[in-house]
Amino acid sequence: MANPENTQAASDNKLMAWIDKRLPVTALWNNVMTGYYAPKNFNFWYYLGSLALLVLAIQILSGIFLTMHYKPDAELAFASVEYIMRDVEWGWLVRYMHSTGASFFFVVIYLHMFRALLYGSHREPRELVWILGMLIYVALMAEAFMGYVLPWGQMSYWGAQVIINLFGAIPGIGEPLTEWIRGDYFISDATLNRFFALHVIALPLAILGLVMVHLVALRENGSNNPDGIEIKANKDENGIPKDGIPFHPYYTVKDIFGVGMFLMIFAFVIFFWPEAGGLFLEHDNFVPADPLVTPEHIKPVWYFTPYYAILKAVPDKLMGVILMGISVLILFFVPWLDRSPAKSIRYKGAWYKIMLGLFVIAFLRLGMLGMAEGTPAQTIEMRVWTFVYFAFFILMYFISPRAKTKPLPERVTH
Amino acid sequence: MPTDGVNKKRRRFLVATTSVVGAVGAGFAAVPFISTWKPSAKAKAVGAPVQVPIDGLEPGQIMKVQWRGQTIGVLRRTEGTLDMLDEVSDDLRDPASLESDQPEYASNEARALRDEFLVVNMHCTHLGCIPQLIPEVGSQPFEENWKGGFYCPCHKSKFDLAGRVYKGVPAPTNLKVPPYSYLDDDTLIIGVSPEGAV
Repeated sequence: MANPENTQAASDNKLMAWIDKRLPVTALWNNVMTGYYAPKNFNFWYYLGSLALLVLAIQILSGIFLTMHYKPDAELAFASVEYIMRDVEWGWLVRYMHSTGASFFFVVIYLHMFRALLYGSHREPRELVWILGMLIYVALMAEAFMGYVLPWGQMSYWGAQVIINLFGAIPGIGEPLTEWIRGDYFISDATLNRFFALHVIALPLAILGLVMVHLVALRENGSNNPDGIEIKANKDENGIPKDGIPFHPYYTVKDIFGVGMFLMIFAFVIFFWPEAGGLFLEHDNFVPADPLVTPEHIKPVWYFTPYYAILKAVPDKLMGVILMGISVLILFFVPWLDRSPAKSIRYKGAWYKIMLGLFVIAFLRLGMLGMAEGTPAQTIEMRVWTFVYFAFFILMYFISPRAKTKPLPERVTH
Repeated sequence: MPTDGVNKKRRRFLVATTSVVGAVGAGFAAVPFISTWKPSAKAKAVGAPVQVPIDGLEPGQIMKVQWRGQTIGVLRRTEGTLDMLDEVSDDLRDPASLESDQPEYASNEARALRDEFLVVNMHCTHLGCIPQLIPEVGSQPFEENWKGGFYCPCHKSKFDLAGRVYKGVPAPTNLKVPPYSYLDDDTLIIGVSPEGAV
């Protein structure tokens, strides 16, 4: 793992030496930064991991400040959000950072996951990195859903109604389970209050813990790279991978550039397009929650709509919920569904390019159809893309071990 | 830790029993935490019966009231719509309400104590949205040959004017009928069954 010559246990600096004797700061820094060799052929897709960390930090920081003004009470919640927007100094900025950050989190995470599908980053020996990442993704979905309930607008209320009732489809225990989740016979103050607790304490703690373990598992074997070959197979006489460069300063500098570019786009959206035309903040959510009236057209926020479309495509309550659950669960198994001798799309052959392309189109189209009104023609189209979505995983299992691959390079390419 | 003369069997036994006792203890300790999520005593107390005066309801008109946090609709049906219930039977998933949730006394075709008044839990049996009453007969954006009924904006489920679900929509069963009875000719009470009825 670490380069022996580079791994000094202690610093020359007197103060640092004093600290290092008591807390191994220098050794840790060397271990994970300067003495950690990452593949030299990283490209655009390798910005996204560090950007996900950045968005997590933004969400935690802006979230802490929002809780200082928000009131988790069904009577007061909606007004307290308006209070943040209108009366708290710079409150609008903090809130828009948080609401835009939520959507950007999913943009970054979806691209990050797509990177793994491109280069086979989930493959042996990194299966646990992928599974831990998937757990983060599921926790993030719960976090985002509960966060969306907090402003207590119409979409918050009816979105919660629909999502919680999904659990009601489970035979036998469904009804009591939904009652237990709500803490009442309908979505009420009790529901809002517990979602607040989960959103600001329980889930962020879980996500932080999972991110730590995700990174530890990643560093154990080191990052994959666009060629999908192991750089540790080619080491020099010092035990350093020939195709590796120290994470610091090379990739820290690269990541800082990525952070700069990201923040420019992020700031543009916050200042000029925070609602994103109803994509990031839905119009109906500017109306206070009303248990008597369901909005005309109810839909989740964009990052859930692909799964929502799969739910809508099935004309049966239980089957729809099951299929939607499987559509997320199946992602956990990708490391074992992909049995190709090559990890990276560069050497897998044309079949994977076509299938991954179709999968991306299916995911995007399902996302768009999930937001749509739902004409009969759209329902048919949703069924087609749902089929393509699942076919990607099932066919991958059968095609990947048989398809002809291109010869793998000895060393990473440029 | 010296390993000579270790009784491995006993050590395994002690580790296993300690783990089991610990797990049982953790299980019991979880009970109060999980129970805090159940509806509180206060929430349960709010579920009292609701009286609804129906003398002001015109034919074709619907009134919505809240009972146990659920929206209950009281629809006064016209003679014409009652005759229509028979016609749509073939398009319904459960026309005789065999798999649906209603009191015994409301499991007739009109799904009501008195045919004229439909009392129904308005929450869609799919995912709990509130379907709209669209009584007009004729072409609708979602259905060419609409015979009047309820239409859910969330996931396009359709119900007839007795709350019976159409085929080919996500909702699995007919709209629920809550327990109710008549205090007198002009007053309904929701949450109380007629005397002697189940």
